Amino acid sequence: MIREITQAFNEMGFQTVEGPEVELEKYNFDMLNIPADHPARDQWDTIWVDSDTHNDVLLRTHTSPMQARVMEQGDPPIRVIVPGKCYRYESTDATHEWHFNQVEGLAVDEGITFADLKGTLYEFARRIFGSTRKVRFRCDFFPFVEPGVDMSIEWNGDWIEILGAGMVHPKVLEYAGYDSAKYTGFAFGMGPERISMLRNEITDIRHFFSNDLRFLTQF
Amino acid sequence: MKVPVSWLSEYVDIDMSLDDLAHRLTMGGNEVDAIERTGWIDNVVVGHVLAVAPHPDADRLRLVTVDHGSGQAEVVCGAPNVAEGQKIAYASIGAVLQDAYSDEPGKTRKLKRSKIRGVVSEGMACSVRELGIGDDHDGILVLDDSAVIGTPIGEILGESVLDIELTPNRPDCLGVVGVARDVSAITRSPLKQPNIDFEATGPDVNSLAQVEIADPDLCLRYTATVIQGVNIGPSPQWLQDRLTSIGERSISNLVDITNFVMFELGQPLHAFDLDKVVDQKIIVRRATEGEKLVTLDDKERELESEMLLIADPDRGIGLAGVMGGANTEISDSTTNVILESATFHGVNNRKTARGLELASQATLRFEKSLRTGLSEVGLRRATKLIAEIAGGEVATGIIDVYPGKGKEQDSVRLDSNHIERILGLKIENAEVETTLGDLGFDLDADGDGWEVKIPYWRPDISIPEDLVEEIARIVGYDNIPITPLAGRPPQWQPQPEMDLRNRVTDALSQAGMRETISYSASTNDGEARVALPAETTSALKLRNPINADYAVMRRTLREAILNTVARNSRTWRGPIAVFETGRVFLDYGEGLPEERQMATGAFAGPRNELHWDASTVGSDFYDAKGAVEAVLDDLGIEAVFKEGEDATFTPGRTAVIKVASASHAVIGVVGEVASGVFSQFDAEVESVAMFELDLAAILKVMQDTGTGLDKFKEFVRLPASHRDLSLIVDTGITAGQIIDIANRNRIVTSATVFDLFEGKGVPEGKKAVAVRLIYQSPNKTLTTDQVGKIERQILKQLADELGAELRVQ
Repeated sequence: MIREITQAFNEMGFQTVEGPEVELEKYNFDMLNIPADHPARDQWDTIWVDSDTHNDVLLRTHTSPMQARVMEQGDPPIRVIVPGKCYRYESTDATHEWHFNQVEGLAVDEGITFADLKGTLYEFARRIFGSTRKVRFRCDFFPFVEPGVDMSIEWNGDWIEILGAGMVHPKVLEYAGYDSAKYTGFAFGMGPERISMLRNEITDIRHFFSNDLRFLTQF
Repeated sequence: MKVPVSWLSEYVDIDMSLDDLAHRLTMGGNEVDAIERTGWIDNVVVGHVLAVAPHPDADRLRLVTVDHGSGQAEVVCGAPNVAEGQKIAYASIGAVLQDAYSDEPGKTRKLKRSKIRGVVSEGMACSVRELGIGDDHDGILVLDDSAVIGTPIGEILGESVLDIELTPNRPDCLGVVGVARDVSAITRSPLKQPNIDFEATGPDVNSLAQVEIADPDLCLRYTATVIQGVNIGPSPQWLQDRLTSIGERSISNLVDITNFVMFELGQPLHAFDLDKVVDQKIIVRRATEGEKLVTLDDKERELESEMLLIADPDRGIGLAGVMGGANTEISDSTTNVILESATFHGVNNRKTARGLELASQATLRFEKSLRTGLSEVGLRRATKLIAEIAGGEVATGIIDVYPGKGKEQDSVRLDSNHIERILGLKIENAEVETTLGDLGFDLDADGDGWEVKIPYWRPDISIPEDLVEEIARIVGYDNIPITPLAGRPPQWQPQPEMDLRNRVTDALSQAGMRETISYSASTNDGEARVALPAETTSALKLRNPINADYAVMRRTLREAILNTVARNSRTWRGPIAVFETGRVFLDYGEGLPEERQMATGAFAGPRNELHWDASTVGSDFYDAKGAVEAVLDDLGIEAVFKEGEDATFTPGRTAVIKVASASHAVIGVVGEVASGVFSQFDAEVESVAMFELDLAAILKVMQDTGTGLDKFKEFVRLPASHRDLSLIVDTGITAGQIIDIANRNRIVTSATVFDLFEGKGVPEGKKAVAVRLIYQSPNKTLTTDQVGKIERQILKQLADELGAELRVQ
């Protein structure tokens, strides 16, 4: 599933890159405009590393830190897609796991607009869910984007959120040393397990990490 | 946030269906999770109590005659408050009501005709709890006198509540007015602001109370009014209903008003009994370390020096923006009140509430760093309601200590072309002005854009992009065009680690193995089961693991794969051939840990699926070795398997995988897992063969030797001769020794062992080995004689060095 998602973006010029799972607070939060003690951090319950010397090391709560790392390492244009494991301090049930995968994407260049965001993500949805599936974009909030977006697809009469996205927040560009007056970009993130659950009609996210051959041999 | 529609309608006219409204709010960022409808119950109507008579057979029950519009009914009622002339909620037979006596929330029961102590009851007079609109069950619900007999109860009590999942950037929508403002912008229907005007006829407020802010960094503004001679009592019905409709409890008129204004405008307030405040002087200061305060919930709290306290000259009287103190609590005997409406520092407030594990509705708002302008509006609104509801005389003037004055960002510059730059959609200036205007922004046109004033209820607005979002969400994301991403794609950067892992994953999948993914965390004891080498780093500990089973980040995949084998062995009767590629975490004590990519796989159970044409033997070492060979072949790496030692594996059944061309670098290990190790995994198979490939080591080998890319070699077009030899050798001789000798001859291009046999027909201590040799010369076709000559040479060498004999059939 992850490779199917990344491939859809690869063909739109996004390159797949990976980043560390044990991450610094700086990349996971601060450089993404999620300051310490800010209520926005409530969206990510974090598992921290226990260390005598460092209190700023955590298990990444999303693959978004690679936004900051990629921008720090190179200049625009940037188009990357970042799959990887993430961790959250969250109790586990049929639809929640403390350990899951995320696929994050980022495009930064001169002249990138919200319309490009919609175009790219529509194309992705068409690839993964078929061209007849209804897609909607609605306003949502994530601290590292502005405006923020939630993309949902229609599934059995309900709207199911598939990914969060938005135009990269100028502060995030500035933190990475980019000139936000010159460059714009968009970012998005999604959970491949959730997408697979929909498409393959899997009823419990815990199957993905059960390693049960009765599950694995079906796919 | 629960928003009752009747409450919302006080501030804005809603001229669309609730479903449409919910959809529009959702699209605009305030996601409506559900529209809850309460109070609509079939077979419940307004009834009029015509007569109340004693029950002949029970002191606590009474017989009530009810006119329900289409007739009269006699019901048996146990409520102490029933009285002649009341309008009540009358449920006729068949009504489905909440079961007031069940502990299970939401449990209903259908009303049946029944005899109660010998008298038939033709229905019921309902309590609030039975109607499902509140908790009260001490008596029946008494309706307003104006209620028309026979009206379905839903028309009076029916409420639709929007359950909105708010995003953390919108504290304004933690007040019903904030949601109404969004509705107003969406529907283009004007917002009706709550009235904040009151008459102040009392003495100068400064003569009645003083406020001093000792720590202005944590309290940006403190406003207060004093109301003398209030009557504390129950709230009027409308106020109780408002609070009940969002699940809050009514306490007393004064406390209810402060809560109501918080849910109306989003500004938390607190009222103190002024006569209990020493010297009528309030000091806002940090607590001293260890200072104690008994909060309204009657718990004694021990405070830290960074917690902000509301104090009088002698003691703490409240925890700023979190919870009031018990010592100055409003009581029935309170007559003079000082009402606080302040702006506290968001981060500090949040830390205090978290530190004391005191999550309050006030903190939910303060932690979002409210703007100072809101405090005065909230104060005036609450003061107005207190004067109206609790009476008393409002002191003249307000106390307003305002150290944060002028320190907040006032406005945002928005260039008109910036909107198109972000959205890819041109929006006319007039539409920008209307849209932002409807949301309550004041715009000053200025050149090619506007200076936009930040309203007091919107702390989340600070940059032009925030305004672009405001415009986009009201115009509708649907109306933004869809364009493909144009421009230059970036330069491609090699990702060797990821590419290698993908190739290994593919090769192992093609070899018929199943990919697994395990949790990346484990425990020290769990990992100790696989006997990690002594030189392994200590494990990276987690401060708040999800549970004790995942206390440290894993340093090996071996434990995970053996767990997978063991778990499946209990439920799966076919072959178990599983692998995992993933990271292990090696902490060298400095910086971030090394995340080393590994590939580990195991074989257990039968080698093949049950089939008439397949052998039923179990899988073993050679399956694991074969999988490794498949990977290495795919990668173009020539490796050798040398007998080696590794505590996870059985001695003598373990091979270390080395690459001769890369200074004999070790790239992995393969073997049969030691029984002492595997027995700790509670498996239902006897043995398991496992391999581990160190992908980081493989990558280094490939980079050092330049392997990975197959280069074409011209092949010999002349025919080759195939000869098979059947040899008898001592059991201690390995196939590799035989092949090494055969390969010494340049004409031999390939030597392969294709059969091994011990037992009947072969002498004790010996084994039969069948070898196929391929002879080929690069420059001529070999004759039978030439091949025979070389073959005799090889046989002599084998006899001399290994004692091999040609087997006589």
